[in-house]
Amino acid sequence: MLVTGLGTFWGSRLAQQLEQRDDVEIVVGLDTTEPRLPLEHTEFVRADSSYSILSRIVQAAKIDTILHTHLLVDSTSSTGRALHEINVIGTMNLLAAAGAAGSPVRKVVVKSSTLVYGANFKDPYSFREEMSRTSAPRTEVERSLLEAANFLRDFAEDNPHVTVSKLRFSNVLGDDIDTVFSKALRMVAVPEILGFDPRFQFTHEDDVEGALLFATTNDVPGVYNIGGDGTIPWSEVCAIVGKPRIPLPPLLTNWAVEPLRMTRVLDLPPEMLSLLRYGRGVDNRRFKRAGYEYKYTTVGTVDAFARSLRLERVVGDSSSSYRYERDVETFFRHSPAIVRTDP
Amino acid sequence: MNLVAEEARAARPNPLEPSPTVGRSLVPVPVEAETVSAGPPDSELRRGDVDAWGRSERVRALARMLYDPVYRYWFRAEWEGLENIPTDGGALIVANHAAAIPSDAPVIMHGIEVELQRAVYGLAENLFRTLPVVGTLWSRTGGVPAHPDNAYRLLHDEQQLVLVFPEGAKGTGKHYRDRYKLRRFGRGGFVEIAMRAGVPIVPIAVVGAEESMPILWKSKRLAKLLGLPYFPITANTLLMGPAGLVTYLPAKFKLRVLPPIHLDAEPDQERYSRSRVMEESERIREEIQIALYDMLRTRRSVWFG
Repeated sequence: MLVTGLGTFWGSRLAQQLEQRDDVEIVVGLDTTEPRLPLEHTEFVRADSSYSILSRIVQAAKIDTILHTHLLVDSTSSTGRALHEINVIGTMNLLAAAGAAGSPVRKVVVKSSTLVYGANFKDPYSFREEMSRTSAPRTEVERSLLEAANFLRDFAEDNPHVTVSKLRFSNVLGDDIDTVFSKALRMVAVPEILGFDPRFQFTHEDDVEGALLFATTNDVPGVYNIGGDGTIPWSEVCAIVGKPRIPLPPLLTNWAVEPLRMTRVLDLPPEMLSLLRYGRGVDNRRFKRAGYEYKYTTVGTVDAFARSLRLERVVGDSSSSYRYERDVETFFRHSPAIVRTDP
Repeated sequence: MNLVAEEARAARPNPLEPSPTVGRSLVPVPVEAETVSAGPPDSELRRGDVDAWGRSERVRALARMLYDPVYRYWFRAEWEGLENIPTDGGALIVANHAAAIPSDAPVIMHGIEVELQRAVYGLAENLFRTLPVVGTLWSRTGGVPAHPDNAYRLLHDEQQLVLVFPEGAKGTGKHYRDRYKLRRFGRGGFVEIAMRAGVPIVPIAVVGAEESMPILWKSKRLAKLLGLPYFPITANTLLMGPAGLVTYLPAKFKLRVLPPIHLDAEPDQERYSRSRVMEESERIREEIQIALYDMLRTRRSVWFG
């Protein structure tokens, strides 16, 4: 089992979960940065973002499943160059290694985003997996995700013996993860675009984890939308979280948020602004039919987030402060001094 | 927990031979998922009443209250053949379209809602969505962007009444001298949707909308400049000045519901024969056109019917 993006929130969380399963023998984690959470026996390999050493790892460790969580969807966390490097080149190299002759890989699970559908006034209210976006992508993050999707489609066609699952997640909220919208909802007043109150659909972070684990441990080939049941207007999201709204002008909105960007109060990238204008809903029924049961609905997700905000206000940030120490980890994993109890 | 893991392992098929019951018989999520999801139900968490289609019953009740006098005393709408509208199950309602700012959509929607107590979802040009405030209000009161998939889900999955005007802006943007002459019915997309959803089409002929805001002159250049489908000078603005932009003339509305058309086609097909679709579309257009001429023959006055 190979997990990419071990240094990201999702990669670490999933590696933790996979370690606990009896049917997963070895977890190899790959990233440029160190794991975020303490891991017991996951082998961490530091690689450059384009995964050039990947085919060697795949062959040497006889990897049969690749869980590709390292697709960046938050364009505020990195530059356009890095987005391209990680999303496009990274995915390309990963799939090239997985599809090499004699490769032991039998399953690839990819975490993607409903950003690939865009947000436009011509959109249907609920995107199904086979629909494509109604407007050309305008931002680097959307373009890079679409390009990665093309690589994946070609890979699935060329390798019919490999189960390829691609999960497109709608906006994620949760206690531990920072997204553009969780940052926006943490502000004193939450931005909205004057005169617009679009429909939003959220996925709880536990469902992201649950869905990826489900796809890793079951055979669910194909593309799936992941999002909590139902959509609610942005105004209601703010009401549940208990925040007032501050309107942005409906014209030249992209310029109007520039002061917010410059003062680093909040970076609202263009793809999020169009979402604040037109919203997006996706049809989540296909993954349900495959057998997955959601833990949270959209409203439930927002409510859970509101609860954690209230707690945070009292006790402060409670997320883990783990730091990866190479020597310590090597000691625990390989030193003869450690007493190992065989199961 | 261990027991569950055992079972899960036993149930897992060989990944090389994907079983036909993909993922269904397997244990998907950890067992504690049940207890995690036992939070309060959605209905207790909601702070508003906006549904998945963006409509709000509160806003709609208010709109109904405000609009009812217009429907009753201004347009004095009169129905004929209401029994042709099914009382349950999905149906696609199609009607002729007129007036610079269409007055027929609210009359039909409000009319069916008060006469039959059935909600009607009006499909309209998605340009509405780009307008601040107006777009939001429009969707809160029951407007849905005219996307084939929206229509399909309303008709097929939710079995609702859906209203469309196949003429689109060609109908509302026509000159007064062309009144009651139906334009082209698009590319027959509405027939295809009804076939796919497996619902009947109910045509309605509307008399009165044409005279409520007649277009006397159109400027192509201004329309292009403002990015509008048409830029009209209406009789209303000539008579009332700026107030004419939002005030209809009190034309008498008469609506005739024609017998529902059950399309003999297999639902949920990828594609339908173009010739068949165009044929049906043309037939429905003609039926409405004939009904209109028939109604105009018996109309004595534009204002009193």
